[in-house]
Amino acid sequence: MATELVGTKKLVVGWFSFTCCEDSTILLTELLNDHLDQWKKVVEFRYFKALKTKNEIRELDVAFIEGAISSPKQAKEVLTIRENAKYVVAVGACAVTGLPSASRNNLVDEKTNYKLYWYFSHFDYSDKVQKLSEVIKIDDQINGCPMNAEVFMSTLNRYLKEFGIVH
Amino acid sequence: MHTEDITIDNITKVEGSAGLKVSIVDGKVSDLEFIVKDYRRFYTEAVKGKPIIAVPSFLSRICGTCSVAHLFAALEAIEKSQEIKNSEQTMLLRRLAYDGLMIRDHALHLYFFVLPDVLGIDSILDIPDDPNSKGHQLLHDSFAVKKVGSELSTAIVGAIIHAPFPTVGGFLKLPDQTKFPDLVHQLEETRPKVLKLVELFGIWEETLVRNSDYLCLAGGNGYDFLAGEIVNSNGRRVPEEEFHSFLKSVVIPYSQAEGYVFSDSHEDYLVGSLARINLNRQTLNPRTQTDTAKYLAKFPSNNVFHNNLAQAVEILQCIDDAIEILQSIKVVDEKPVKKPAKAGTGVGVIEAPRGILYHLAEVNGSGMITNYDVIVPTSQNQINIENDLKKYFGENLQKDREILRLEAQKIIRAYDPCMSCATNFLTIEWNEE
Repeated sequence: MATELVGTKKLVVGWFSFTCCEDSTILLTELLNDHLDQWKKVVEFRYFKALKTKNEIRELDVAFIEGAISSPKQAKEVLTIRENAKYVVAVGACAVTGLPSASRNNLVDEKTNYKLYWYFSHFDYSDKVQKLSEVIKIDDQINGCPMNAEVFMSTLNRYLKEFGIVH
Repeated sequence: MHTEDITIDNITKVEGSAGLKVSIVDGKVSDLEFIVKDYRRFYTEAVKGKPIIAVPSFLSRICGTCSVAHLFAALEAIEKSQEIKNSEQTMLLRRLAYDGLMIRDHALHLYFFVLPDVLGIDSILDIPDDPNSKGHQLLHDSFAVKKVGSELSTAIVGAIIHAPFPTVGGFLKLPDQTKFPDLVHQLEETRPKVLKLVELFGIWEETLVRNSDYLCLAGGNGYDFLAGEIVNSNGRRVPEEEFHSFLKSVVIPYSQAEGYVFSDSHEDYLVGSLARINLNRQTLNPRTQTDTAKYLAKFPSNNVFHNNLAQAVEILQCIDDAIEILQSIKVVDEKPVKKPAKAGTGVGVIEAPRGILYHLAEVNGSGMITNYDVIVPTSQNQINIENDLKKYFGENLQKDREILRLEAQKIIRAYDPCMSCATNFLTIEWNEE
């Protein structure tokens, strides 16, 4: 990571999880082992539900979003994130491709779908699970299941430079 | 009539998404809902028709943090369905990898999620950069402890998440034994940090006591997460194959996850580290027992916050267990056991970090999955969590609402629930006509 600080401004980051196994979140908590001390100087985690209670979706420089979109409620939430973030990055296979969380889209057995209907009628499931780009515009993506850690690091570093946080 | 709702939309510092709604009428709790919010992915339906060789890797995607637990439970279920008997080396290597999982997973929960509760702050991100502060030291301990767990898992199964090396009947790639002395060295260096963690949770005074029944695997090889029969607090033993009939699933209409009670008494129970230490602490590694004797004396315990102390003790157990295996094992070249596909049913029950994990695989003669079922720990703990919270709110309604919200989250967090795990399945039982 480029480490020469330009000033005191930090990159304002939100980290969000939707329908998935949250493996990229777990991988991120592993990256913190080596990078938290450094990131605390250059990154403000304004939304990171896995690590803090006081979270805000406001004036985000970059929103990292993992998981597929399963419901109208989730779709509305990612629209809110989009409206409040300069850049949105889809993180991990479920956000980028929908799968494997979108496996239910391929269930065709009539009896199975009749059983699934019980859940669909009790909760606000969408007809189809969607990848993130089907719901909002994304600016970037980090593939992998979980995300590729090196690509995440290079993506973060690119935004740190773009926002003038580091040289 | 005076009514009031206390709600928490998003419980933080847990895996997945959950909320809480407490309804109060005339100063008494009239209703309480612990709401698992993750949307179901129906993976047990999605695996139907898939070849058995592909299923364990797919089902490891149930959960990011305990993917190795789902991987191993699925492997066990499928291997039993095919009457495949693994080599002693395969079982030892799986045990080693599992020690790595437990170390990292428990450390993530205790340091990253619960430590802020102990320090009275919101987040590890708020810990000051003062090397002399207790929080700073513990946070940096956490990096070392998590990392040694990750490196152990990676060395044995190829990754900490969705591990690529384990397969039906053995390993696709065997670990490089030349790395083992360095792993032993790292594990030994980590022990003092873990002893500090045990002390931290040993002297933490948070208390919520409610009589509960406990359920875990027992009777394996020492303190064994991967083998044994299911045993409860009264010593009743249930073979793995009969576990499902021992339980009754309960549809909780406001929650995306089902709950479970005992099928005979319809009473709740608790699974996880507290259950394991309550019922199996005499089988802990001798070194672990000696070095944690002061705090093991607190068990058996009905204080749910002692689940965190039990997790800290289990980190040390896994370090000591791993050191012994790494120092004694001689990895020889062997290929996975292979057999022609046959029709059969297999059950895999193991202890995930959060408690008993059940996988059932029904396979046809072509080696394809015809039916699959999974029961996860957080679903089993769901009703116990609600009953603990009812007790807490019932006894503390005079307190400030923000304090109640804070304390309720501490109680939920003590269980280390995982909502991602709890919402993958199609569990409603239908009367077929």
